[in-house]
Amino acid sequence: MLERIEKAKDQMTAACEAMGRPINIMEVCGTHTVSIFRNGIRSVLPAGLRLLSGPGCPVCVTDQSYIDTVLRLADRDDLLIATYGDMIRVPGRGGSLETKRAKAAVRVVLSSEDALQLARDNPSKVVVFIAVGFETTAPATAVVVKEAAADSLENFCIFSGHKLVVPAMRALLSDKNNNIDAFLCPGHVSAIIGYGAFGEIVDNFGRPCVVAGFEALQIMEGLAEICRQLSCGEPELKSVYTAVVTRDGNTAAQKIIDECFEAVDGYWRGLGKIKKSTLRLRDEYGRFDAVQRFGLHEIPAEDTTGCRCGEVLCGLIEPPQCSLFERACSPEMPVGACMVSSEGACAAWFKYGRKRECRK
Amino acid sequence: MCLAIPARIVELDGDRAVVEAMGNRWRAKTTLLPEAGIGKLVLVHAGFAISLVDEQEAKETWRLLAEISEFNETPNRLSG
Ligand code: SF4
Repeated sequence: MLERIEKAKDQMTAACEAMGRPINIMEVCGTHTVSIFRNGIRSVLPAGLRLLSGPGCPVCVTDQSYIDTVLRLADRDDLLIATYGDMIRVPGRGGSLETKRAKAAVRVVLSSEDALQLARDNPSKVVVFIAVGFETTAPATAVVVKEAAADSLENFCIFSGHKLVVPAMRALLSDKNNNIDAFLCPGHVSAIIGYGAFGEIVDNFGRPCVVAGFEALQIMEGLAEICRQLSCGEPELKSVYTAVVTRDGNTAAQKIIDECFEAVDGYWRGLGKIKKSTLRLRDEYGRFDAVQRFGLHEIPAEDTTGCRCGEVLCGLIEPPQCSLFERACSPEMPVGACMVSSEGACAAWFKYGRKRECRK
Repeated sequence: MCLAIPARIVELDGDRAVVEAMGNRWRAKTTLLPEAGIGKLVLVHAGFAISLVDEQEAKETWRLLAEISEFNETPNRLSG
């Protein structure tokens, strides 16, 4: 294994020299971000190679207005809010779900199934499932919406904040100021959508897209493959995570996403409005859509805290460049979403990267 | 940490499974993975099996997870 790591390092060094300029590779997966820090990968990379943590953490990319709407729903007596644990501490206007939990009915669930069960067990309340996440969790939401429809379970609905990864990558590259040379593509999202889904990024933008798993060796080999492609000027689509990811992905999961949802324009933290990037329930499932049921409007909120999560998510700055980092903002007292989630870039820098990794 | 967890299906009734990994057993659904069957190793994410996984990859991931003290929290985390 050491041999393979050394080989990957040599490939990267050679590529950096051949390029004669710094290389920026963006990872779009929170699990990669954490693994890169935990394994100290940044510290063994050649000086010319920089990793950018992109919009890969589902909690971090959720727009502030979505969080604020969730908090407003949590104030209602007739509702039960069912949420994944990750969302519970995200600060919004007037607190977080955690601070609401004492008075309001907020339940942490491990899966969408548990949220549906909550509705069955509490017929006098309407359960609102806070459906966030990328293509990995979207099919799980779709399954329970179908179940609710089949059982005519009318006291259940979802507030969809599901996001699609590829439109976000497209949006990042469409910004002329972007400095992204290639993407290390997410493993679990790719298990669903298949690595073939990144083909358009390679074809239309000429950027290498390589899917990798989460061990150090996988990440190193993924990065080395990207460097190789860059230095010979031939961007390609590739997966080094062959144990789990196929070109076509999980077609059953894709089918159920498609049956329940359609892609609409949606807001992302830091990236703004992105075309066809957010999943909304199709009209035939409209009665399970919290937006329709409660007449919710998504008004993009302006952030007045000084948090620079948006720039962090676009790879424009590194967390230590935010003046609040470590001072006003820490995992115990998070100001922004990127510090809340254990997968967030700010949290990862705080936990693993502060002194050692800061090159600025 | 927020890895999806490889686990073995030990019981299966329709799409309702019980999976086992690293001495833990929990419920998961196989709705998204029609090819799932008893004895198969699957990757479980937020309560759903999302793909098959081979023995070697599963072992590798279990080893990684064992290193991470928060393993007990892992099943309720989301990942990208
Ligand atoms: S350090 Fe805190 S305030 Fe600054 S960008 Fe990160 S989450 Fe936002």
